[in-house]
Amino acid sequence: MFGGLVANMTFGFLKVAMLFATVRAAGGTVQGYDVGSMSAYIWVSQGMLGSVNLHGRLDFSERIKNGDVAVDFLRPVNVQMATIATEVGKAVFALIPRGLPSVAIGALLVGMTMPTSPTAYVLGLVSLVIGITVSFSTVYLVAVAGFWLIETRGIQILYMVLSGFFAGLFVPIALFPDWLLALAEATPCPSMMMYPIDILTGRTTGGAAYGLVGVQLAWLAGTLLIGHLLTTAGRRKLEVQGG
Amino acid sequence: MTLTAETDAIPTRFAGYRAVLASRMRSQRSYRSNFVIDLASSGLVGLIELAEVWLLFHQVTVLGGLNFTQVLLVFGLADMCYSIADMVVGHCDTLPKYIREGTLDVFYLRPQPLLLQLMTSDISLRRLTRAGIGLTSLVIALCINDIHWSVAHVALLVLTIVCAIAIFSAMYIWAAGVQFFLIQGAEFTNAFVYGGRYAATQPAAVWSLPLKGLFGFVFPMALAAYVPALRLLDLPGPAGMPNWLAWCTPVAAVWMWGFALIMWRFGVRHYQGGGG
Repeated sequence: MFGGLVANMTFGFLKVAMLFATVRAAGGTVQGYDVGSMSAYIWVSQGMLGSVNLHGRLDFSERIKNGDVAVDFLRPVNVQMATIATEVGKAVFALIPRGLPSVAIGALLVGMTMPTSPTAYVLGLVSLVIGITVSFSTVYLVAVAGFWLIETRGIQILYMVLSGFFAGLFVPIALFPDWLLALAEATPCPSMMMYPIDILTGRTTGGAAYGLVGVQLAWLAGTLLIGHLLTTAGRRKLEVQGG
Repeated sequence: MTLTAETDAIPTRFAGYRAVLASRMRSQRSYRSNFVIDLASSGLVGLIELAEVWLLFHQVTVLGGLNFTQVLLVFGLADMCYSIADMVVGHCDTLPKYIREGTLDVFYLRPQPLLLQLMTSDISLRRLTRAGIGLTSLVIALCINDIHWSVAHVALLVLTIVCAIAIFSAMYIWAAGVQFFLIQGAEFTNAFVYGGRYAATQPAAVWSLPLKGLFGFVFPMALAAYVPALRLLDLPGPAGMPNWLAWCTPVAAVWMWGFALIMWRFGVRHYQGGGG
Protein backbone atom coordinates (compact mmCIF):
# COMPACT_ATOMS: atom_id res chain seq x y z
CA MET A 1 0.00 0.00 0.00
CA PHE A 2 2.88 2.38 0.82
CA GLY A 3 4.51 1.57 -2.51
CA GLY A 4 1.25 2.36 -4.28
CA LEU A 5 1.09 5.71 -2.55
CA VAL A 6 4.66 6.55 -3.63
CA ALA A 7 3.73 5.67 -7.21
CA ASN A 8 0.59 7.83 -6.99
CA MET A 9 2.66 10.75 -5.73
CA THR A 10 5.40 10.48 -8.36
CA PHE A 11 2.97 10.28 -11.26
CA GLY A 12 0.85 12.98 -9.63
CA PHE A 13 3.72 15.45 -9.53
CA LEU A 14 4.72 14.65 -13.13
CA LYS A 15 1.11 15.25 -14.22
CA VAL A 16 1.08 18.50 -12.24
CA ALA A 17 4.22 19.66 -14.08
CA MET A 18 2.86 18.96 -17.57
CA LEU A 19 -0.76 19.99 -17.07
CA PHE A 20 -0.01 23.15 -15.09
CA ALA A 21 2.45 24.16 -17.83
CA THR A 22 -0.33 23.58 -20.36
CA VAL A 23 -2.81 25.71 -18.38
CA ARG A 24 -0.25 28.51 -18.01
CA ALA A 25 0.82 28.37 -21.65
CA ALA A 26 -2.84 28.65 -22.66
CA GLY A 27 -3.12 31.88 -20.66
CA GLY A 28 -4.58 30.70 -17.36
CA THR A 29 -7.47 28.50 -18.46
CA VAL A 30 -7.75 25.59 -20.86
CA GLN A 31 -11.23 24.22 -21.67
CA GLY A 32 -12.52 25.63 -18.38
CA TYR A 33 -9.68 24.26 -16.25
CA ASP A 34 -7.60 26.70 -14.23
CA VAL A 35 -4.63 25.72 -12.09
CA GLY A 36 -6.81 24.98 -9.04
CA SER A 37 -9.35 22.79 -10.82
CA MET A 38 -6.62 21.04 -12.82
CA SER A 39 -4.92 20.20 -9.54
CA ALA A 40 -8.20 18.83 -8.17
CA TYR A 41 -8.57 16.68 -11.32
CA ILE A 42 -5.01 15.35 -10.96
CA TRP A 43 -5.14 14.42 -7.28
CA VAL A 44 -8.64 12.99 -7.29
CA SER A 45 -7.74 10.86 -10.32
CA GLN A 46 -4.51 9.69 -8.65
CA GLY A 47 -6.50 8.85 -5.53
CA MET A 48 -8.98 6.75 -7.55
CA LEU A 49 -6.23 4.81 -9.28
CA GLY A 50 -6.00 2.18 -6.54
CA SER A 51 -9.75 1.54 -6.67
CA VAL A 52 -10.86 1.80 -10.29
CA ASN A 53 -9.78 -1.24 -12.30
CA LEU A 54 -7.99 0.17 -15.35
CA HIS A 55 -5.57 -2.76 -15.73
CA GLY A 56 -8.14 -5.38 -16.71
CA ARG A 57 -6.81 -8.14 -14.45
CA LEU A 58 -9.27 -10.16 -12.40
CA ASP A 59 -8.64 -13.29 -10.30
CA PHE A 60 -11.80 -14.72 -11.82
CA SER A 61 -10.18 -15.06 -15.27
CA GLU A 62 -7.57 -17.35 -13.69
CA ARG A 63 -10.42 -19.48 -12.25
CA ILE A 64 -11.97 -19.84 -15.69
CA LYS A 65 -8.63 -20.86 -17.15
CA ASN A 66 -7.82 -23.52 -14.57
CA GLY A 67 -11.37 -24.84 -14.21
CA ASP A 68 -11.99 -23.71 -10.62
CA VAL A 69 -14.98 -21.84 -11.98
CA ALA A 70 -16.86 -25.15 -11.99
CA VAL A 71 -16.85 -24.98 -8.18
CA ASP A 72 -18.11 -21.40 -8.31
CA PHE A 73 -21.08 -22.53 -10.38
CA LEU A 74 -21.99 -25.11 -7.70
CA ARG A 75 -22.36 -22.42 -5.04
CA PRO A 76 -25.86 -21.04 -4.42
CA VAL A 77 -24.87 -17.49 -5.41
CA ASN A 78 -24.86 -15.60 -8.68
CA VAL A 79 -21.27 -15.96 -9.95
CA GLN A 80 -21.23 -12.60 -11.73
CA MET A 81 -22.64 -10.62 -8.81
CA ALA A 82 -20.46 -12.40 -6.25
CA THR A 83 -17.28 -11.70 -8.26
CA ILE A 84 -18.09 -8.04 -8.82
CA ALA A 85 -19.24 -7.49 -5.21
CA THR A 86 -16.01 -8.98 -3.81
CA GLU A 87 -13.86 -6.77 -6.02
CA VAL A 88 -15.90 -3.60 -5.39
CA GLY A 89 -15.61 -4.23 -1.64
CA LYS A 90 -11.82 -4.41 -1.86
CA ALA A 91 -11.72 -1.35 -4.11
CA VAL A 92 -13.88 0.81 -1.84
CA PHE A 93 -11.65 -0.14 1.08
CA ALA A 94 -8.56 0.90 -0.92
CA LEU A 95 -9.90 4.44 -0.94
CA ILE A 96 -8.91 4.73 2.74
CA PRO A 97 -5.19 3.88 2.58
CA ARG A 98 -4.58 5.07 -0.99
CA GLY A 99 -7.32 7.44 -2.10
CA LEU A 100 -7.62 9.83 0.83
CA PRO A 101 -3.83 10.27 1.37
CA SER A 102 -3.31 11.08 -2.33
CA VAL A 103 -5.97 13.77 -2.25
CA ALA A 104 -4.74 15.07 1.13
CA ILE A 105 -1.10 15.30 0.03
CA GLY A 106 -2.14 17.00 -3.21
CA ALA A 107 -4.31 19.50 -1.32
CA LEU A 108 -1.52 20.27 1.18
CA LEU A 109 1.51 20.40 -1.13
CA VAL A 110 -0.01 21.75 -4.33
CA GLY A 111 -3.38 23.16 -3.34
CA MET A 112 -6.63 22.65 -5.23
CA THR A 113 -10.07 24.10 -5.75
CA MET A 114 -12.82 21.98 -4.23
CA PRO A 115 -16.58 22.61 -4.41
CA THR A 116 -18.31 24.28 -1.48
CA SER A 117 -21.76 22.75 -1.88
CA PRO A 118 -22.43 19.51 0.02
CA THR A 119 -24.42 18.05 -2.90
CA ALA A 120 -21.21 17.84 -4.98
CA TYR A 121 -19.69 15.58 -2.34
CA VAL A 122 -22.78 13.44 -1.73
CA LEU A 123 -23.52 12.98 -5.43
CA GLY A 124 -19.77 12.68 -6.09
CA LEU A 125 -19.40 9.78 -3.69
CA VAL A 126 -22.42 8.02 -5.21
CA SER A 127 -20.90 8.57 -8.64
CA LEU A 128 -17.52 7.32 -7.40
CA VAL A 129 -18.97 4.02 -6.17
CA ILE A 130 -20.91 3.56 -9.42
CA GLY A 131 -17.70 4.35 -11.34
CA ILE A 132 -15.73 1.71 -9.46
CA THR A 133 -18.54 -0.79 -10.05
CA VAL A 134 -18.69 -0.01 -13.80
CA SER A 135 -14.93 -0.66 -14.04
CA PHE A 136 -15.34 -4.11 -12.51
CA SER A 137 -18.52 -4.99 -14.43
CA THR A 138 -16.57 -4.15 -17.61
CA VAL A 139 -13.42 -6.04 -16.59
CA TYR A 140 -15.72 -8.98 -15.81
CA LEU A 141 -16.58 -9.02 -19.54
CA VAL A 142 -12.87 -9.31 -20.34
CA ALA A 143 -12.63 -12.24 -17.92
CA VAL A 144 -15.67 -14.18 -19.20
CA ALA A 145 -14.30 -13.94 -22.73
CA GLY A 146 -12.02 -16.64 -21.33
CA PHE A 147 -14.84 -19.19 -21.67
CA TRP A 148 -14.16 -19.03 -25.41
CA LEU A 149 -10.58 -17.78 -25.62
CA ILE A 150 -8.99 -19.51 -22.56
CA GLU A 151 -6.04 -17.08 -22.71
CA THR A 152 -7.37 -13.53 -22.28
CA ARG A 153 -4.07 -11.70 -21.93
CA GLY A 154 -4.40 -10.11 -25.36
CA ILE A 155 -7.73 -8.37 -24.65
CA GLN A 156 -6.68 -7.65 -21.07
CA ILE A 157 -3.73 -5.64 -22.39
CA LEU A 158 -5.96 -4.00 -24.98
CA TYR A 159 -8.34 -3.01 -22.16
CA MET A 160 -5.45 -1.69 -20.07
CA VAL A 161 -4.16 0.47 -22.93
CA LEU A 162 -7.49 1.94 -23.97
CA SER A 163 -9.39 2.24 -20.68
CA GLY A 164 -6.91 4.57 -18.98
CA PHE A 165 -6.76 6.80 -22.02
CA PHE A 166 -10.54 7.05 -22.51
CA ALA A 167 -11.20 7.28 -18.76
CA GLY A 168 -9.15 10.48 -18.73
CA LEU A 169 -6.31 9.16 -16.59
CA PHE A 170 -3.48 11.21 -18.09
CA VAL A 171 -5.33 13.97 -19.90
CA PRO A 172 -8.93 15.01 -19.00
CA ILE A 173 -11.23 14.08 -21.87
CA ALA A 174 -12.47 17.68 -22.09
CA LEU A 175 -9.10 18.41 -23.75
CA PHE A 176 -9.75 15.83 -26.48
CA PRO A 177 -10.64 17.04 -29.99
CA ASP A 178 -14.34 16.49 -30.81
CA TRP A 179 -13.97 13.25 -32.76
CA LEU A 180 -11.85 11.67 -30.03
CA LEU A 181 -14.24 12.88 -27.34
CA ALA A 182 -17.13 11.26 -29.22
CA LEU A 183 -15.13 8.04 -29.42
CA ALA A 184 -14.38 8.12 -25.69
CA GLU A 185 -18.02 8.77 -24.82
CA ALA A 186 -19.03 5.73 -26.86
CA THR A 187 -17.19 3.55 -24.30
CA PRO A 188 -17.97 2.93 -20.62
CA CYS A 189 -14.51 4.30 -19.68
CA PRO A 190 -15.42 7.94 -18.86
CA SER A 191 -18.10 6.55 -16.50
CA MET A 192 -15.37 4.81 -14.50
CA MET A 193 -13.21 7.80 -13.71
CA MET A 194 -13.87 11.06 -15.57
CA TYR A 195 -17.54 11.58 -14.60
CA PRO A 196 -16.99 10.92 -10.87
CA ILE A 197 -14.07 13.37 -10.94
CA ASP A 198 -16.15 16.00 -12.76
CA ILE A 199 -18.85 15.75 -10.09
CA LEU A 200 -16.51 15.49 -7.08
CA THR A 201 -14.43 18.49 -8.12
CA GLY A 202 -17.50 20.61 -8.88
CA ARG A 203 -16.76 20.94 -12.60
CA THR A 204 -20.18 19.55 -13.42
CA THR A 205 -23.04 20.67 -11.17
CA GLY A 206 -26.83 20.70 -10.96
CA GLY A 207 -28.89 18.86 -13.56
CA ALA A 208 -25.84 18.03 -15.68
CA ALA A 209 -24.31 16.17 -12.72
CA TYR A 210 -27.47 14.05 -12.35
CA GLY A 211 -27.25 13.47 -16.09
CA LEU A 212 -23.72 12.07 -15.75
CA VAL A 213 -24.87 9.72 -12.97
CA GLY A 214 -27.68 8.62 -15.28
CA VAL A 215 -25.16 7.83 -18.03
CA GLN A 216 -23.09 5.87 -15.50
CA LEU A 217 -26.14 3.85 -14.41
CA ALA A 218 -26.97 3.10 -18.04
CA TRP A 219 -23.44 1.75 -18.65
CA LEU A 220 -23.63 -0.23 -15.42
CA ALA A 221 -26.92 -1.82 -16.45
CA GLY A 222 -25.61 -2.51 -19.96
CA THR A 223 -22.35 -4.13 -18.88
CA LEU A 224 -24.10 -6.17 -16.18
CA LEU A 225 -26.65 -7.46 -18.69
CA ILE A 226 -24.01 -8.45 -21.24
CA GLY A 227 -21.99 -10.04 -18.45
CA HIS A 228 -25.03 -12.05 -17.37
CA LEU A 229 -25.72 -13.28 -20.91
CA LEU A 230 -22.06 -14.21 -21.47
CA THR A 231 -21.91 -16.04 -18.12
CA THR A 232 -24.98 -18.12 -19.01
CA ALA A 233 -23.67 -18.88 -22.49
CA GLY A 234 -20.15 -19.57 -21.21
CA ARG A 235 -21.46 -21.96 -18.58
CA ARG A 236 -22.93 -24.09 -21.35
CA LYS A 237 -19.70 -23.90 -23.31
CA LEU A 238 -17.48 -24.69 -20.31
CA GLU A 239 -15.61 -27.94 -20.42
CA VAL A 240 -13.32 -28.80 -17.52
CA GLN A 241 -10.74 -31.50 -18.04
CA GLY A 242 -10.03 -34.06 -15.37
CA GLY A 243 -11.69 -34.07 -11.99
CA MET B 1 30.78 -24.62 -43.78
CA THR B 2 33.24 -21.99 -42.58
CA LEU B 3 30.30 -20.27 -40.90
CA THR B 4 29.47 -23.31 -38.79
CA ALA B 5 33.12 -23.70 -37.94
CA GLU B 6 33.23 -20.10 -36.78
CA THR B 7 30.08 -20.29 -34.67
CA ASP B 8 31.37 -23.46 -33.10
CA ALA B 9 34.57 -21.63 -32.30
CA ILE B 10 32.77 -18.96 -30.23
CA PRO B 11 33.52 -19.78 -26.60
CA THR B 12 30.86 -22.08 -25.20
CA ARG B 13 30.42 -19.60 -22.35
CA PHE B 14 27.83 -17.78 -24.42
CA ALA B 15 26.30 -20.80 -26.10
CA GLY B 16 23.87 -21.37 -23.23
CA TYR B 17 22.55 -17.82 -23.26
CA ARG B 18 22.24 -17.90 -27.03
CA ALA B 19 20.30 -21.13 -26.96
CA VAL B 20 17.89 -19.82 -24.30
CA LEU B 21 17.28 -16.55 -26.15
CA ALA B 22 16.77 -18.34 -29.46
CA SER B 23 14.27 -20.74 -27.90
CA ARG B 24 12.40 -17.83 -26.28
CA MET B 25 12.13 -16.05 -29.60
CA ARG B 26 10.90 -19.21 -31.29
CA SER B 27 8.34 -19.93 -28.58
CA GLN B 28 6.82 -16.43 -28.80
CA ARG B 29 6.32 -16.74 -32.52
CA SER B 30 4.87 -20.22 -32.40
CA TYR B 31 1.42 -19.04 -31.18
CA ARG B 32 0.90 -16.88 -34.23
CA SER B 33 -2.41 -15.16 -33.47
CA ASN B 34 -1.49 -14.45 -29.87
CA PHE B 35 1.83 -12.99 -31.06
CA VAL B 36 0.05 -10.75 -33.57
CA ILE B 37 -2.36 -9.47 -30.87
CA ASP B 38 0.65 -8.84 -28.61
CA LEU B 39 2.45 -6.91 -31.33
CA ALA B 40 -0.67 -4.84 -32.05
CA SER B 41 -1.31 -4.06 -28.37
CA SER B 42 2.26 -3.00 -27.80
CA GLY B 43 2.19 -0.74 -30.87
CA LEU B 44 -1.04 0.74 -29.55
CA VAL B 45 0.66 1.49 -26.22
CA GLY B 46 3.24 3.56 -28.10
CA LEU B 47 0.56 5.38 -30.11
CA ILE B 48 -1.52 6.22 -27.03
CA GLU B 49 1.55 7.55 -25.24
CA LEU B 50 2.26 9.75 -28.24
CA ALA B 51 -1.39 10.84 -28.27
CA GLU B 52 -1.15 11.92 -24.63
CA VAL B 53 1.66 14.30 -25.57
CA TRP B 54 -0.05 15.47 -28.76
CA LEU B 55 -3.33 16.22 -26.92
CA LEU B 56 -1.61 18.87 -24.81
CA PHE B 57 -0.14 20.48 -27.93
CA HIS B 58 -3.62 20.42 -29.40
CA GLN B 59 -4.42 23.07 -26.75
CA VAL B 60 -1.19 25.12 -26.76
CA THR B 61 1.65 25.64 -29.25
CA VAL B 62 4.65 25.83 -26.91
CA LEU B 63 5.14 23.80 -23.74
CA GLY B 64 8.25 24.00 -21.59
CA GLY B 65 9.98 25.99 -24.32
CA LEU B 66 9.39 23.38 -27.03
CA ASN B 67 6.85 23.12 -29.84
CA PHE B 68 5.31 19.83 -30.94
CA THR B 69 7.92 18.90 -33.56
CA GLN B 70 10.68 19.55 -31.01
CA VAL B 71 8.91 17.51 -28.32
CA LEU B 72 8.52 14.75 -30.89
CA LEU B 73 12.33 14.46 -30.87
CA VAL B 74 12.34 14.10 -27.06
CA PHE B 75 9.48 11.58 -27.22
CA GLY B 76 11.06 9.56 -30.04
CA LEU B 77 14.44 9.29 -28.31
CA ALA B 78 12.95 8.45 -24.93
CA ASP B 79 10.30 6.00 -26.08
CA MET B 80 12.49 4.13 -28.55
CA CYS B 81 15.33 3.68 -26.06
CA TYR B 82 12.96 2.77 -23.23
CA SER B 83 11.16 0.18 -25.39
CA ILE B 84 14.44 -1.44 -26.40
CA ALA B 85 15.54 -1.61 -22.75
CA ASP B 86 12.10 -2.99 -21.85
CA MET B 87 12.40 -5.63 -24.57
CA VAL B 88 15.83 -6.78 -23.41
CA VAL B 89 15.58 -6.60 -19.59
CA GLY B 90 11.95 -5.62 -18.88
CA HIS B 91 11.12 -9.17 -17.74
CA CYS B 92 13.38 -8.57 -14.71
CA ASP B 93 10.28 -7.17 -13.02
CA THR B 94 8.93 -10.72 -12.73
CA LEU B 95 11.63 -11.33 -10.10
CA PRO B 96 9.26 -10.75 -7.13
CA LYS B 97 7.14 -13.64 -8.46
CA TYR B 98 10.20 -15.92 -8.64
CA ILE B 99 11.18 -14.91 -5.10
CA ARG B 100 7.71 -15.46 -3.64
CA GLU B 101 7.20 -18.81 -5.36
CA GLY B 102 10.72 -19.96 -4.56
CA THR B 103 11.44 -20.68 -8.22
CA LEU B 104 14.45 -18.36 -8.10
CA ASP B 105 16.42 -21.17 -6.44
CA VAL B 106 16.42 -23.01 -9.77
CA PHE B 107 18.63 -20.25 -11.18
CA TYR B 108 21.17 -20.98 -8.46
CA LEU B 109 21.55 -24.58 -9.67
CA ARG B 110 23.04 -23.46 -12.97
CA PRO B 111 26.73 -22.59 -13.19
CA GLN B 112 26.13 -19.11 -14.61
CA PRO B 113 25.96 -15.65 -12.97
CA LEU B 114 22.49 -15.00 -11.55
CA LEU B 115 21.97 -11.55 -13.06
CA LEU B 116 23.10 -12.62 -16.54
CA GLN B 117 20.74 -15.58 -16.37
CA LEU B 118 17.83 -13.40 -15.33
CA MET B 119 18.58 -10.84 -18.05
CA THR B 120 18.85 -13.47 -20.76
CA SER B 121 15.97 -15.61 -19.48
CA ASP B 122 13.53 -13.94 -21.86
CA ILE B 123 13.26 -11.32 -24.59
CA SER B 124 9.89 -9.70 -25.30
CA LEU B 125 9.72 -9.49 -29.07
CA ARG B 126 6.25 -7.95 -28.84
CA ARG B 127 7.88 -4.68 -27.72
CA LEU B 128 9.33 -4.33 -31.23
CA THR B 129 6.24 -2.50 -32.49
CA ARG B 130 6.42 -0.03 -29.61
CA ALA B 131 10.10 0.61 -30.31
CA GLY B 132 9.00 1.07 -33.93
CA ILE B 133 6.61 3.87 -32.94
CA GLY B 134 9.48 5.52 -31.07
CA LEU B 135 11.85 5.09 -34.02
CA THR B 136 9.28 6.52 -36.44
CA SER B 137 8.74 9.56 -34.19
CA LEU B 138 12.48 10.02 -33.91
CA VAL B 139 13.11 9.82 -37.66
CA ILE B 140 10.24 12.21 -38.45
CA ALA B 141 11.47 14.62 -35.77
CA LEU B 142 15.05 14.49 -37.09
CA CYS B 143 13.81 15.26 -40.61
CA ILE B 144 11.39 18.11 -39.93
CA ASN B 145 13.34 19.92 -37.21
CA ASP B 146 15.90 22.51 -38.21
CA ILE B 147 19.12 20.73 -37.19
CA HIS B 148 22.48 21.97 -38.45
CA TRP B 149 24.06 18.56 -38.93
CA SER B 150 27.74 18.10 -38.22
CA VAL B 151 29.94 15.21 -37.13
CA ALA B 152 29.40 16.26 -33.52
CA HIS B 153 25.62 16.08 -33.96
CA VAL B 154 25.76 12.56 -35.39
CA ALA B 155 28.16 11.47 -32.64
CA LEU B 156 25.89 12.96 -29.97
CA LEU B 157 22.83 11.20 -31.41
CA VAL B 158 24.54 7.80 -31.45
CA LEU B 159 26.01 8.35 -27.99
CA THR B 160 22.61 9.37 -26.62
CA ILE B 161 20.81 6.33 -28.00
CA VAL B 162 23.40 3.93 -26.55
CA CYS B 163 23.50 5.66 -23.16
CA ALA B 164 19.73 6.10 -22.90
CA ILE B 165 19.18 2.37 -23.48
CA ALA B 166 21.81 1.70 -20.79
CA ILE B 167 20.14 4.13 -18.34
CA PHE B 168 16.66 2.62 -18.80
CA SER B 169 18.02 -0.93 -18.51
CA ALA B 170 19.83 -0.05 -15.30
CA MET B 171 16.52 1.20 -13.86
CA TYR B 172 15.10 -2.32 -14.23
CA ILE B 173 18.19 -3.87 -12.63
CA TRP B 174 18.26 -1.73 -9.48
CA ALA B 175 14.52 -2.20 -9.13
CA ALA B 176 15.04 -5.97 -9.32
CA GLY B 177 17.79 -5.83 -6.68
CA VAL B 178 15.53 -3.99 -4.26
CA GLN B 179 12.82 -6.66 -4.64
CA PHE B 180 14.90 -9.01 -2.46
CA PHE B 181 14.09 -6.68 0.44
CA LEU B 182 10.61 -5.52 -0.55
CA ILE B 183 9.18 -8.91 -1.67
CA GLN B 184 5.73 -7.38 -2.37
CA GLY B 185 6.91 -3.88 -3.17
CA ALA B 186 7.05 -3.74 -6.96
CA GLU B 187 4.67 -0.75 -6.91
CA PHE B 188 7.30 1.27 -5.08
CA THR B 189 9.97 0.72 -7.72
CA ASN B 190 7.43 1.06 -10.55
CA ALA B 191 7.01 4.66 -9.44
CA PHE B 192 10.57 5.27 -10.63
CA VAL B 193 10.87 2.76 -13.48
CA TYR B 194 7.58 3.60 -15.22
CA GLY B 195 7.40 7.09 -13.74
CA GLY B 196 10.90 7.53 -15.16
CA ARG B 197 9.73 6.61 -18.64
CA TYR B 198 6.89 9.12 -18.38
CA ALA B 199 9.34 11.73 -17.09
CA ALA B 200 11.86 11.06 -19.86
CA THR B 201 9.30 11.99 -22.55
CA GLN B 202 8.55 15.36 -20.93
CA PRO B 203 10.33 18.67 -21.46
CA ALA B 204 12.09 18.94 -18.08
CA ALA B 205 11.71 22.74 -18.10
CA VAL B 206 8.18 22.28 -16.71
CA TRP B 207 9.38 20.36 -13.63
CA SER B 208 9.39 21.69 -10.10
CA LEU B 209 12.70 21.72 -8.21
CA PRO B 210 12.20 18.34 -6.42
CA LEU B 211 11.32 16.68 -9.75
CA LYS B 212 14.42 18.19 -11.37
CA GLY B 213 16.51 16.72 -8.57
CA LEU B 214 14.84 13.30 -8.72
CA PHE B 215 14.52 12.77 -12.48
CA GLY B 216 17.25 15.16 -13.58
CA PHE B 217 20.10 13.85 -11.48
CA VAL B 218 19.27 10.97 -9.08
CA PHE B 219 17.60 8.98 -11.86
CA PRO B 220 18.95 10.95 -14.82
CA MET B 221 15.86 10.71 -17.04
CA ALA B 222 16.23 14.25 -18.40
CA LEU B 223 19.70 13.31 -19.68
CA ALA B 224 18.31 10.36 -21.62
CA ALA B 225 16.38 12.44 -24.13
CA TYR B 226 15.45 16.02 -23.21
CA VAL B 227 18.91 17.56 -22.74
CA PRO B 228 20.46 15.81 -25.79
CA ALA B 229 17.45 16.97 -27.82
CA LEU B 230 18.08 20.56 -26.71
CA ARG B 231 21.71 20.24 -27.80
CA LEU B 232 20.73 18.81 -31.19
CA LEU B 233 18.23 21.64 -31.68
CA ASP B 234 20.74 24.19 -30.38
CA LEU B 235 18.31 25.47 -27.73
CA PRO B 236 19.38 26.74 -24.29
CA GLY B 237 18.47 24.58 -21.30
CA PRO B 238 16.36 25.60 -18.30
CA ALA B 239 17.97 26.68 -15.01
CA GLY B 240 20.29 23.96 -13.72
CA MET B 241 20.34 22.03 -17.00
CA PRO B 242 22.66 23.73 -19.51
CA ASN B 243 22.59 21.93 -22.86
CA TRP B 244 26.31 20.97 -22.76
CA LEU B 245 25.20 18.40 -20.16
CA ALA B 246 24.13 16.38 -23.22
CA TRP B 247 27.74 15.20 -23.48
CA CYS B 248 27.50 13.88 -19.91
CA THR B 249 25.01 11.09 -20.73
CA PRO B 250 27.82 8.48 -20.48
CA VAL B 251 28.47 9.70 -16.92
CA ALA B 252 24.77 9.29 -16.18
CA ALA B 253 24.80 5.79 -17.69
CA VAL B 254 27.86 4.77 -15.67
CA TRP B 255 26.28 6.18 -12.50
CA MET B 256 23.01 4.31 -13.09
CA TRP B 257 24.78 1.03 -13.81
CA GLY B 258 27.02 1.44 -10.77
CA PHE B 259 23.96 2.10 -8.62
CA ALA B 260 22.10 -0.82 -10.23
CA LEU B 261 24.91 -3.33 -9.69
CA ILE B 262 25.40 -2.24 -6.06
CA MET B 263 21.66 -2.60 -5.39
CA TRP B 264 21.66 -5.98 -7.10
CA ARG B 265 24.62 -7.14 -5.02
CA PHE B 266 22.95 -5.97 -1.77
CA GLY B 267 19.82 -7.84 -2.77
CA VAL B 268 21.52 -11.10 -3.64
CA ARG B 269 23.61 -10.98 -0.44
CA HIS B 270 20.40 -10.52 1.52
CA TYR B 271 18.62 -13.45 -0.14
CA GLN B 272 18.39 -16.56 2.03
CA GLY B 273 16.77 -18.96 -0.41
CA GLY B 274 13.19 -20.12 -0.88
CA GLY B 275 13.43 -22.90 1.70
CA GLY B 276 13.03 -25.61 -0.94
